[in-house]
Amino acid sequence: MKVLIIGATSAIAHEVSRCFAADNASLFLVARSAEKLAAIADDLRVLGAAKVETYVADLADLSTHETLIAAARAALGGIDAALIAHGVLGDQKTAQQSVTATLELFHVNAVSYISLITLLANHFEAQRQGCLAVIGSVAGERGRASNYIYGAAKGAVALFMSGVRNRLAKVGVSVLTVKPGFVDTPMTAHMKKNVLFAKPAQVGKRIYAAMLKGEDVIYVPSFWMLIMLIIRNIPERLFKRLNL
Amino acid sequence: MSRSYQSWGNYPKARNQRVIPIHWRDAFPDLQAIEGSVLAYGYGRSYGDSCLNENGTLLDITPLNRYIAFDAERGLIRCESGVLFADLLQYIVPRGWFLPTTPGTKYVSVGGAIANDVHGKNHHVAGTFGRHVTRFELLRSDGSRLVCSPTENAELYRATIGGLGLTGVILWAEFQLRRIPGPYIVQEKIRFGNIDEFFAISEDSDKDYEYTVAWVDCVSGGDKLGRGIFIRGNNAWVARVPNKSAVPKTLLTAPFDLPSFALNLHTVRVFNEVYYHALLTKVQRKIVPYDPFFYPLDAINEWNRLYGKAGFLQYQFVVPYANDRSAIKEILRQISASGVVSFLAVLKVFGDVKSPGMLSFPRPGVTLALDFPYRGAPTLRFLDRLDQIVRECGGALYPAKDARMSPQMFEASFPNWREFSQYIDPKFSSSFWRRVTGQAVSGK
Repeated sequence: MKVLIIGATSAIAHEVSRCFAADNASLFLVARSAEKLAAIADDLRVLGAAKVETYVADLADLSTHETLIAAARAALGGIDAALIAHGVLGDQKTAQQSVTATLELFHVNAVSYISLITLLANHFEAQRQGCLAVIGSVAGERGRASNYIYGAAKGAVALFMSGVRNRLAKVGVSVLTVKPGFVDTPMTAHMKKNVLFAKPAQVGKRIYAAMLKGEDVIYVPSFWMLIMLIIRNIPERLFKRLNL
Repeated sequence: MSRSYQSWGNYPKARNQRVIPIHWRDAFPDLQAIEGSVLAYGYGRSYGDSCLNENGTLLDITPLNRYIAFDAERGLIRCESGVLFADLLQYIVPRGWFLPTTPGTKYVSVGGAIANDVHGKNHHVAGTFGRHVTRFELLRSDGSRLVCSPTENAELYRATIGGLGLTGVILWAEFQLRRIPGPYIVQEKIRFGNIDEFFAISEDSDKDYEYTVAWVDCVSGGDKLGRGIFIRGNNAWVARVPNKSAVPKTLLTAPFDLPSFALNLHTVRVFNEVYYHALLTKVQRKIVPYDPFFYPLDAINEWNRLYGKAGFLQYQFVVPYANDRSAIKEILRQISASGVVSFLAVLKVFGDVKSPGMLSFPRPGVTLALDFPYRGAPTLRFLDRLDQIVRECGGALYPAKDARMSPQMFEASFPNWREFSQYIDPKFSSSFWRRVTGQAVSGK
């Protein structure tokens, strides 16, 4: 199996990569930091990856996208599955005071995703098989004062993915949107942990299984499906008064 | 998953600890910029306060869980210090390797195993974990990173093994694994009627068995004093046992803190009686997966909560026993007479394989590990009495399990602690270290 992992140093992406590595897959890892990529690559080699290549790129720079996908195809001899997992949570309170900061967050979390998804969708459509998986978020289902910039970006990605799924279903390519709840990762290092927080390893295993099975949309852990069902159905008149 | 950043015994409880998770060994925060003292924290399986840092900062190293290299020919593994033994086992056992030695729980980090220089059922042949560590990288608070081995930075190597995390942060370690033919153990359980029988079986077994340990009934006295079940085993030369998984799933989770009266003299007496006689024949032999053999208590998640909110104290000592068994007998008599109950009592004879660690606990003699529910001052007074006996015969207490020994008892257990203390990183400290040295230092 030839797998492209974008945002490979994220804790969730690393855990998904570990599952592929244990399955002797070949991996092409993309992230911003060469040192972190090296640490991840060593780990995946020990775990059994047939091949691990690393590629340094600033994913906010859209001009890198075509090149990196071409590099992955060349290095692996094709791409069977791809996972897009980079992202920045940002600080809502400071970002909302500035158009530039707001749009920057939206750029990293939505625009760069849309660019990569478009390129990969075209790749998979031509290939007529494979799996495109993208990390969304439960935050993308309803706007909340505490993180609606991040949430709106993730919501945009989810809607975009839904369209891509509809398009690629006709050629048998699976398109997976992952909606994690709280995960204990560097992104949430500043938050106080409670029982809702999941371990990255648990989340990674679930995503790996969903990619192999060709699922469409998953919540991880699955209890978030129920939580979000409730949250989605709270009338806006009431929801706007809540502190969430 | 919420983390409490306390210790396994839930006593004492540390207040006012700041926690900084460490995600990358190459992007470490500047330790000098942190106010107060720091201490690396893994999975919190130390029983007392050696993993706690009240009014200070804990560096949570569990995200440092990556492998770096594995030499499958020689069985040499290099990994980050937060790698969990349980995860490591899942990786190495199918490849025909095992930990050089392992404590009774697999939920410890590699870094913690070094810092506490842990031992296991094969101590009499393999020595401590530290003995198998070929090298590691130590981060000091001045930002320096030192690779330590028996030949490089040798003093820091010796100080860090068993050094209770006080010499800096272990970023990664390399150690030698043990070849195994498969995931099974040929296990023999033998009933012994008293402590003298234990010593006879132990002496006999240590020659031919890789793993030896015993469960002791601490309630019975008189001619049944120190009766129990001896458990010994070797790696089995079978690759597979029909219809049995090598790694059983965790069976149970203690759902909540039990009320404090649940474990009392009567329930423990009944348990001991049943457990002792459940072994119908004097010797029972069977092939078992490695997991229940090495980690019987891991089958119950969070078993520490069975002791209730007040927590419990673990008491593990070693006493030399060459010709004289009176100390261990005296302690067993004291326990049986006291009416204080120990639910778990584990007895083992240590070998003479020397550890490189300066502050390493195991030494030739016999070691007994006991659990006591914490009932306030009476529990502490009782343990002080046991200290007295241990001290008089030249024994020592195990810091990884201690929550209450006095500075005098610590000094008696580790007479070379002053030599060790010159290698401590000035930025590092722990609740344990302040407790056991505070008085001695201010008394100078």
